[in-house]
Amino acid sequence: MDKMPKWADVVLIPLISLILAAAISALVILAIGEDPIEAVKLMVDGALGSTYGWGYTLYYATNFLFTGLAVSVAFHARMFNIGGEGQAMLGGLGAALVCLYIPWPHWTMALLGASLGAAIFGAAWAAIPAYLQAKRGSHIVITTIMFNFIAAAVLNYVLVNLLRPKGSMDPATARFSDTVHLPTLHEMLAPLGIAFNKAGPANVSFLVAIAACVAIWLLIWHTKLGFEIRAFGKSEQGALYAGISPFKITMIAMLISGGLAGMMAINNVMGEAERLVLNATEGAGFIGIAVALMGRSHPFGVFLSAILFGFLYQGGAELALWTKIPREMIVVIQALVILFTGALDNMVRMPLEKIFIALRRVKA
Amino acid sequence: MDFLTLIQVLDSTIRLATPLLLACLAGLFSERAGIFDIGLEGKMLAAAFFSAAIAAVTGNVWLGLLAGVAASLVLSALHGLASITFRGNQLISGLAVTMLAQGFTVLVAQSWFKQGGRTPALDMDARFGPITFPFAESLADVPVIGPIYSELLSGHSILVYLAFAAVPASWWILYRTRFGLRLRAVGENPAAVDTAGISVVGLRFAAVAICGVLCGIAGAYLATSLQANFVKDMTAGRGYIALAALIFAKWRPWHAMGACLLFGLLQAVAIRFQNIELGGITIPVQMMDALPYILTVVILAGFVGKAIPPKAGGEPYVKER
Repeated sequence: MDKMPKWADVVLIPLISLILAAAISALVILAIGEDPIEAVKLMVDGALGSTYGWGYTLYYATNFLFTGLAVSVAFHARMFNIGGEGQAMLGGLGAALVCLYIPWPHWTMALLGASLGAAIFGAAWAAIPAYLQAKRGSHIVITTIMFNFIAAAVLNYVLVNLLRPKGSMDPATARFSDTVHLPTLHEMLAPLGIAFNKAGPANVSFLVAIAACVAIWLLIWHTKLGFEIRAFGKSEQGALYAGISPFKITMIAMLISGGLAGMMAINNVMGEAERLVLNATEGAGFIGIAVALMGRSHPFGVFLSAILFGFLYQGGAELALWTKIPREMIVVIQALVILFTGALDNMVRMPLEKIFIALRRVKA
Repeated sequence: MDFLTLIQVLDSTIRLATPLLLACLAGLFSERAGIFDIGLEGKMLAAAFFSAAIAAVTGNVWLGLLAGVAASLVLSALHGLASITFRGNQLISGLAVTMLAQGFTVLVAQSWFKQGGRTPALDMDARFGPITFPFAESLADVPVIGPIYSELLSGHSILVYLAFAAVPASWWILYRTRFGLRLRAVGENPAAVDTAGISVVGLRFAAVAICGVLCGIAGAYLATSLQANFVKDMTAGRGYIALAALIFAKWRPWHAMGACLLFGLLQAVAIRFQNIELGGITIPVQMMDALPYILTVVILAGFVGKAIPPKAGGEPYVKER
C-alpha cells in the first residue's frame, strides 16, 4: 500500500515546494528593501495584465515547453539530460540553415522543414552522449555538460567564421527571408476579431509545442515504446529480463529528448529573432530542468509549469524595469524551485508521509 | 616564438591553472567520498563575490578570503543537507547550488554597491599582492635561469603557492592518513565503513566541508588576486573545467595538477594568440576553448585509458534496518 494518496504526490508536494521557494524569494526581496506584495502585483500585471504581457509570457512558455518536455522524456528513462542548452543551440543552427538556404514557397512548409532540421540537429547533439552512455558507460550528466560547452564553441565558430554576412561585425546570420516569417498571435487572432498586441513575440510555434505535449503523452503512456522507456526507467534489470534492449531505449529516449530541445529553435530563432544570434537560447535549456521537475515529468504538469515559468520570466523583466530588483531574481527563484522540487524532495515528502500515515491510523 | 614569450605564456598558465587546481582538488575530496559535485562553479562564484565585497568594504583581503570561504561553506552545507541528510539527487542539488549563486551574487552586489552587479575595484593593499622571491631582482638578468626564477616562479600571490602546496598535502591526507583511507572507503563502499562503526554521514560532511573551503579559496583568488573585483558570472565555466580536469586526472591529486596545468595552458594560449597557424592549418580560438571538454569526453569514453569514478559516487547511503 502506498504511503500517500496519489493526489498528494502529484499536487501537494510540488505545491508545498513552490510555496517554500516563493516564501524564500519574498524574504530575499524584503532583504533588498523592496515590498514583495507590490512586486507580485507588478509581475502579475506585467505578465498577465495585458495581451502585450501575454505575448511575452506565452513566448517564453513555448521555449520552456520544448526544453521541459525534453528533460522529462529523459527522466522517464531515468536519465538526466542536462544538455538541453547545447541541443537547443544546435537546433538553432539546424533551423537557421534550413531557413537560409532553402527557398520555401510558404511558411507552413518552412515550419515543417525547420522543425525537422532543428530536431535532427538537436537529436544528433544528444546522440553522442547517449551512445557513450549506452556503450561505454560514460556518465550522461557529465558528457552532456561537456557538450553544452562544445556546442557554444561550435556555434561561436560557425557564426563568426562561416555564417556571418560579409561586412557585418555582429556574430549572427543574415535575416531570414519574409516568406519564412511565422504568424504571431496578433496575426493569427486578428482575422477572428480578437485584438492581440502586436509587439508580443508569441507565435504559431506555441501551438506546435502544445501538439508536442499531446504527442509525448501518447508516446509515454499509450505506446509499446513508451512502456519500454518507463520500464527501463523503473528498473534496468527488470527491463533487460523482459527483453528490452537498454542500448535501444537509451538511444531512442535521448534522441527524442535532444530533438525536442532542438525544436525550441522554431520559436526563438525562426519565430522571434528571425536570424541566429549568439546565445539565442538564454538558458532555456536549464529552465527545462526546473520545468520538468516541477511538472513531475508529466506533459500536463510540464505545460502548467512552463506557463508558470513564462510568467516568472516576463514578470521578472517587468520588475527589473520598474523596481530595483534585478532580473537575476528569476534565476534565484528558478534555483529555489529546482532545489525544493528536485534535491530537497525528501525534506517535504518525509514529514508529509508521516502525517498521512498518522491520519490513516486515526481513521482505522 | 622566442624564449621570453614562452616564459610569459607559462607564467599566465600558472595564474590561470590556480583556480582550476583549487576547485579540482575540492571536487576530488567530495567525489572521493561519494558525493558528486557539479556545483563547484557556484561555490567559486559565491566566494568570489563575498571575498571581493568584504575586501572592498573593510580594506582587508584576509577578511575577504574568510568571507569567501564562509560563503562557499554555506553552499556546501546546503549541498550536504540535500544529498547526504535528505538523500536527494546530488546532480540536481549541484545544479541548484550553481544557479542560486549565479542569481544571488548579482542580486546582492546590485543591492549593496549599485554598480550593475559588480563590486568596486580593489586597491592594491586590499588584494593579494605578488610575493617576490629572494634575489629575484638580481638574478633576473642571468640567461635562462634568471627569467625562469624571477618571472615564472617568483611574483605570484600567496594563494598560487598555497594551491600548488595543496597538491602534496591532498595526496598525503588521502593516501597516508587514517582519515583519508576512510574517506576513500566511504566513496567506494559505505556499507563497509558503516560496519566498522564509523559514521558515513560524518565523513561525507567532512569531505563536503573540505570541498567548500577549497572552492572558497579558488573564488577568492579569482576576485582578489587574478582580478581586482567581482563581475557577473566571473567564474566563466571554470568550475566545469575543474570538473573536467578531475575526470581527466581520474580522481588522483598529482594527475589533477597535471590536468589543471594543461587546461590552464590552453586558456593562456587562447588568450595570447587567438588563432594559431600550424603547418598551413589555422586552429581557431574556439577550438582551444572547447579542447578541455573534448579531451574529457574522449577520456570518459574510455578510448584512451578509461576513467572510472568512485564506485559509490552519486548514491545516497541508506542504512539497512
